[in-house]
Amino acid sequence: MFRSVFTDTLLRWVLQAGAVVSALVMAMIMLFLLSESWPVLQHLSLAQFLTDSSWHPLEGSYNLTPMLSGTLYASMGALLLAVPLGIASAIFIVYYASPRSALLYRRLIELLAGIPSVVFGFWGLTTLVPLVNQLHPPGASLLAGILVLTLMILPTIALMTYAALIAVPDEYIRSAAALGLSGWSMIRGVALPAARTGIVAGIVLAAGRALGETMAVLMVAGNVVQHADSLFDPIRTLAANIALEMAYAMGDHRAVLFVSGLMLMLLVMTLSGLAGWLGKKSYA
Amino acid sequence: MHPSKQGWGFFAAVVMIAFIVLANPGSAASNKLVITGSSTVAPLVGEIARRFESRNPGVRIDVQTGGSSRGIYDVRNGVADIGMVSRALKPDETDLQAFTLAMDGISMILHASNPVEALNQQQVVDIYSGRVSNWKSVGGRNARITVVNKAEGRSTLTLFLDYFSLKNSEIKPHIVIGDNPQGIKTIAGNANAIGYVSIGAAEFEINYGVPVKLLPLDRVDASVDTVRRGIFPLSRPLNLISRPAPQGLAKEFIDFARSTQVHDLIEAQYYVPVSIH
Repeated sequence: MFRSVFTDTLLRWVLQAGAVVSALVMAMIMLFLLSESWPVLQHLSLAQFLTDSSWHPLEGSYNLTPMLSGTLYASMGALLLAVPLGIASAIFIVYYASPRSALLYRRLIELLAGIPSVVFGFWGLTTLVPLVNQLHPPGASLLAGILVLTLMILPTIALMTYAALIAVPDEYIRSAAALGLSGWSMIRGVALPAARTGIVAGIVLAAGRALGETMAVLMVAGNVVQHADSLFDPIRTLAANIALEMAYAMGDHRAVLFVSGLMLMLLVMTLSGLAGWLGKKSYA
Repeated sequence: MHPSKQGWGFFAAVVMIAFIVLANPGSAASNKLVITGSSTVAPLVGEIARRFESRNPGVRIDVQTGGSSRGIYDVRNGVADIGMVSRALKPDETDLQAFTLAMDGISMILHASNPVEALNQQQVVDIYSGRVSNWKSVGGRNARITVVNKAEGRSTLTLFLDYFSLKNSEIKPHIVIGDNPQGIKTIAGNANAIGYVSIGAAEFEINYGVPVKLLPLDRVDASVDTVRRGIFPLSRPLNLISRPAPQGLAKEFIDFARSTQVHDLIEAQYYVPVSIH
């Protein structure tokens, strides 16, 4: 009796310590970003980051909005492609594929999830960009960025959806079959709604990765600071901006790069907050 | 015990541990050298310093960046023992002594299949500012030019802008790149692109069969050799500076940094070693 109480207490302490440490790391990163960007936040007004004529930090203009739009375009474009593809792959594996091909297909997707981002970037730079270039120069473009990002977040969505579909209780499926629902109406009416939470979590994770992905996008998206007018225009994302300029930045330039990090962090927080709110709302 | 109370106890404990770990003061070594200055030279000097430290146990070298002007300022004020400056010393800086570690040269590069053999200064300026947008206008085939520029803050960009008297906001790029290898791969993948990179980096890749070519500048061939001989126009020395007649540890380090023992480090950064030892 004493032993089990002791084990419980110990476990609770260990778990609490883990939770506090991870929360603390997050808070420290936020504090660090704030303290590093503080020097410019003091003498530049926030409006300058939105209304300056361009991004030329060495010439004193700090407009971050083209990078904000670039980040959003690239991530949204990738989600638009990867969400239907990922969910469709998962439905295929769970309900339509033969056990052998389902296993093969799932292993392939898991392999895709394990490829490091710099490899995607390298492939994009040497294969995808020249292909897009034949369509419409210069090749390094929003389109190339979206395609590479799609490949990177597809496995996250597919695997999370797969796990959520597998976890749908068997009796739901059997009840649906007993009610005479055909395959597709059963998937649409019973399985997908029951797996909803898991699927939304997968999409949020994927969106976070798309927003923050750096190397692959940096290599294929062209990195020109501008609002894209078409899919073939080059863009620069907030994350790529930091990676490109950080190594040589000093003083104010360095601090405004931390501001773009802060901006990216806020963007991700807004997005995950929004997703949580949407998830809750439709259950009510 | 109430769980939330326990939680706070934990929080406090973890914060304290974090402070103890973070606030651990660096052990003050007696043999210490402070080097500050150019962010171009700093990565190279950092590597050299690491090798120097491993061969001389007990020595600690602190390398900080902040620009060439900071290097000069710090050496003059005695804050730093050695400064790093990515240019030749100016006439009013005779109170300092420069020791050249390496030369850095940059040149325009094109895809190997591009028929254009040379560009003059005005043509380069026109292409980069968007006034010329087709290779036909400079004697090439009928195709749109893809202008590749460097990200803001890169030393190669600064050198390029100075040489062609351009401002970065005047440049209309189609692709912006970070480091040299990425620039070379971008141009190797686009037959109509133009860019500029460190000559050492480009020669290295060309030797491995990457389809790019270096353009001569002001009729001087772009090669590691012309950079070494100091006749390539778009080049600069990477210097260590100190007050005249450095002594002791500073002298030892400067001698080490200019010896053949660090040539592999210099070449790994695509610079051209110039040491005489």
